[in-house]
Formats: sequence, C-alpha cells, structure tokens
Amino acid sequence: MAFAAFATAEAQPQAPRKSSRIALFLLLPGILYLVLFFLTPLVSLLLTSLQAPLEYGDIGQYQYAFNWQNYVDVMTAYWPHILRSFGYALAATVFALLFSYPLAYFIGVKARRWPLLQSLMLVLVIAPFFISFLLRTLAWKQILSDESFVITSLKALSLLGPDAHFTGTPFAVIFGLTYNFIPFMTLPLYTALERLDLRYLEAGSDLYANPFTVFRKITIPLSMPGIVAGTLLTFIPAAGDYVNASRDFLGGPDTQMMGNVIEANFLVLLNYPAAAALSIILMAAILVLVGVYVKRSGTEDLL
Amino acid sequence: MSARGRRSTGPARQGRIGLGSWLLPAYTILAFVFLLIPIVYTFVFSFNDSVKSNIAWRGFTFDKWLNVCNVEGGAVCEAFANSVIIGVVATVIATTLGTMIAIALVRYRFRARSVISLLLFLPMATPEVVLGAGLAAQFLAVGVPKDITTIILAHTMFCISFVVVTVKARVASLDPALEEAGRDLYGSPSQVFWRVTFPLLTPGIVAAALLSFALSFDDFIITNFNSGSVSTFPKYVYISASRGIPAEANVIASAVFLFALVLVIGAQVSRAARAKRLAKLG
Repeated sequence: MAFAAFATAEAQPQAPRKSSRIALFLLLPGILYLVLFFLTPLVSLLLTSLQAPLEYGDIGQYQYAFNWQNYVDVMTAYWPHILRSFGYALAATVFALLFSYPLAYFIGVKARRWPLLQSLMLVLVIAPFFISFLLRTLAWKQILSDESFVITSLKALSLLGPDAHFTGTPFAVIFGLTYNFIPFMTLPLYTALERLDLRYLEAGSDLYANPFTVFRKITIPLSMPGIVAGTLLTFIPAAGDYVNASRDFLGGPDTQMMGNVIEANFLVLLNYPAAAALSIILMAAILVLVGVYVKRSGTEDLL
Repeated sequence: MSARGRRSTGPARQGRIGLGSWLLPAYTILAFVFLLIPIVYTFVFSFNDSVKSNIAWRGFTFDKWLNVCNVEGGAVCEAFANSVIIGVVATVIATTLGTMIAIALVRYRFRARSVISLLLFLPMATPEVVLGAGLAAQFLAVGVPKDITTIILAHTMFCISFVVVTVKARVASLDPALEEAGRDLYGSPSQVFWRVTFPLLTPGIVAAALLSFALSFDDFIITNFNSGSVSTFPKYVYISASRGIPAEANVIASAVFLFALVLVIGAQVSRAARAKRLAKLG
C-alpha cells in the first residue's frame, strides 16, 4: 500500500544510468500533468485569494487585485474555525496513535509466526476503506444518535445524564476523525514494527532494562519512521476534512472546521476570495507545522 | 528502574517484552470489533424494510438488494455508474503516467530529481480541500464548465503520486540484469520492455491501479468542488445525508465491500500460498 511506502526506506536503485531522451520521454507527460493540474491551480488559488469584488458586479464576480485585506478579513471572521481545525486534528492524531500502536504492535511483532493471520489482520485494518467513508461516518452518527440503542441504554444505566448528546459535539467530531484515519496510522506503524529486530529488545532486557524501559528506549525510537508517517497521514487530511464536522454528519453549528467554511464560501456563498485565502492559510500552516515536526523528530530523510 | 531480580531466560522472556500475554490479543480483538462496527451496521441496514430514510430498524427484507435501481429514477445506480466510469478512466491515465515516472526515477539520474520528488510528494501532503478548491479556482479562471471531464482530470491528478510511490518500490526490486539479458538476446527496446520489464512490474502496477481506483471511487471532497451537477456515489450519499440515506446506498456500499473483500483476501491467500511454495523450494 502507498501508506506503507511513507515509512519504507527507498531501496537503492541499481546502477542508475545518466539521463537520456528516454528519461525525458518517461517523465514529461506525468510531470506536465502535475504542473498543469496541481501547481497551476495552487497559483490560481493564490491569485483568487487576492481578488476584489467587481465594482458593479453580481455575487460571485471578482477581478484580480492585490487585496491582502482578504486574509485579514478571513482571519478575523474565522479564527475559531482555524483553531478548531488544528485542535481537532491534533486530538484525533493523538487518539489514533494511542489506538493504533498496540494494534500495529500485535500485527507486526506478535503475529509474525502466523503469516496467514497477519495478512488477514491487515485486510481487516483496511476493510473500512472498502465502505464509502461517508457511509461509515453516517453509520456512527446513527449508532450514537440520541434515540439510538447505545445512548438510550447508557442513559438508562445513568452512565450518561438525561440531557447528554453525542452527535453535534466536538467529542463526536474528534471521534469521527479518529475512526476515519485509524488505518492511515496503523499501516505505517505496522510497516515499521514489522521490521523491528527482536534481538534489540532481548539485548535491552539482558542489560537489565525493564519492559517499560525497553519499550521507551528501543521500540519507540526504532518505530519512529512509522510514527512520523502515521501522524502526518492522519493530521493533514484530518485538518482539512469537512465531512465529520458537517451538520448532517457528526458535527453541529459549533464544531465547524476550516474545510466546512471553505466549502460554504466556495460552493454556496460564491465568495471565492475568502475560500481561497482560507485554503492558502490552511496549506501554509500545514507546511510549516510539518516542516517543524519532521525536523524535530529527526526524520527528514523520510520525505 | 532495575529489573535484576526478575530477569528470566528462554521463552518466558518473550512474553515479558509485550504488554502481558493476554492483554494485547484481547485488545486487538476489541480493536477489530470497533473498526468493523460501522461496516456491519451498513450491511445490516441494507436489509432494512424502510420507506425513504433508513434510520430506524423496521424489519428484514431482500427488496432493496433486488430493486436497487428502482428508487428515485435510479439515482443511486446512476451515481454509482458515474463513479465507476470516473474511477476507470482516471486509473488508466494515472497508472500509465505514474508508471512511466516511477521507471524514470529509479533507472535514470538527472539533476531535477529532487524537484521532481517534491512535486510528487506535495499532492499527497496537501489537504484535499485545498486541492479541490485550487482546481475549482483554476477551472473558474479559465472558464471551463464543470462536468465529468473535470472530475476525471482532478482524480487523475491526486492518483499519480500514489501510483508512483507504489510502482517505484517494484521497479527498485527489479534486477536490471534481466533487461540486460533481453538486450543481449537482440531484443529491441520495445520488445525488452513489453516482454521483460512490464511482466515483472505487473504486480506493482496492478496494486497501484487498485489503489488508484479505490481512492477515486471513495473521493468526495475534491469531487464536490469540481463536479458541477454530475453525481457520483459519495456525492449522492453526502446530499442525501440531510434526510437520512435510503437503504439502496447501503446495498451498493455493501456490494462494493464484499467485492473488494473477496478480491483482497483472494490476493493475500494466493500470495501466502506462493510464499509457502517458494519456502519449500528454498
């Protein structure tokens, strides 16, 4: 899987040849495609974020300008959404890591002796991907809605207050984000742990380290590439997600994230400059955060 | 911190490395139950005898499976068909372009290498909402109307990088001596490619194509920005979410799930069997 590739050290190419016309022929179409449909749109987005409304235009009509005020406006109007996006994404990433690590450890280390079981467990990890993620999220919404069996029983047992809600709360949105991105966390962790040499752990306990110290000083550092890859693969899409936080899914009016605001501005209000400015802010913040994180964790060569 | 007194040797130590011998397996089982809950829910509710929305359980029926396309003028099936068409076309283009790039990256040295690697990495590190809004802004600026073509263009874009990553691993494990042997036997470059390189790369290319199709089929965010009035399966689900999804959506999702499950388990079992055979030989 591609998710695993993030954590896989690139195999050394054997005897690469000097560049040639063949290399150019192989690269050009794909690279051109990405320039045309990935890079240029980013430039378009930047230009759109600086647009100003046409003087006597209709809603949705803008002209090119250098209207930096757009950035100030969206920051003032949407700072809670910006903070929420990164807060929710961070929480979901931490929960997904805590959930996935023991699971990946079992599949990658304990299940090594049974390859068939290991493969079947990997299939189970990616099984949620085979159902549309919208339907998975809706299923949780219905399972955890106020009238559902789960919530009514918890209320009957007085484990929840009579007025307690689950859907529409920040907790529900973080729950949904965590659930949806768990496979993105588990797979890179599995790839890293699967290659863990158990003799290091034995050496650790031979040197009188207790299991906790062995875990902290050996297992975690050796699985660091998996942790970095998994947290990035969870955090980035979670910060931009707008399905979980949508009102029709697990969110409510007070849980809207940047993705929801970008969607509303672009597709409903036709306020393209605001949507574009928010997108640029989201992307810039993620690039900075990822850069700092990768540097601090000492895994630059991963990228 | 010292565990001097408790030091043990032999198999007993194996258990001490983990978090206890029963705790971890028990946790794993619970974790899988948790992961599978919404899938089971979706499957069970595809048999719900509901009228329009599919929220409360109203009894068991096979009707929804037998009449998937008879609801709302076949809206679910039309959306599903669109998703399949988009997935197939985007997969074919992305797999072709991505495989070419992967071969070039492993086999040739050139100066722009790090720039190209960055260009391939960035789409995977950009939130989908930014990719979607960017393309939509671009189509708006150029005046291209949104339809099925713009969806395909968008999906191909985000699939290419994943294809490159997947195929590259396969190319890197390929022994160039095999291609050299082909050339030594007077194979023309195209003969060497189609008779030696391509067959050896096939498992990687198939994996990349499946991944690409899955990504395209399940994509909602980028699609929503670039689809105009065209419906896809995820978009259909999103729009109906406000009034409760009809059971027909659960039928389609369950069918896709079963199909994918059979496909993947089949591939895993055959791989395990092959590994066993090879182990016996070796």
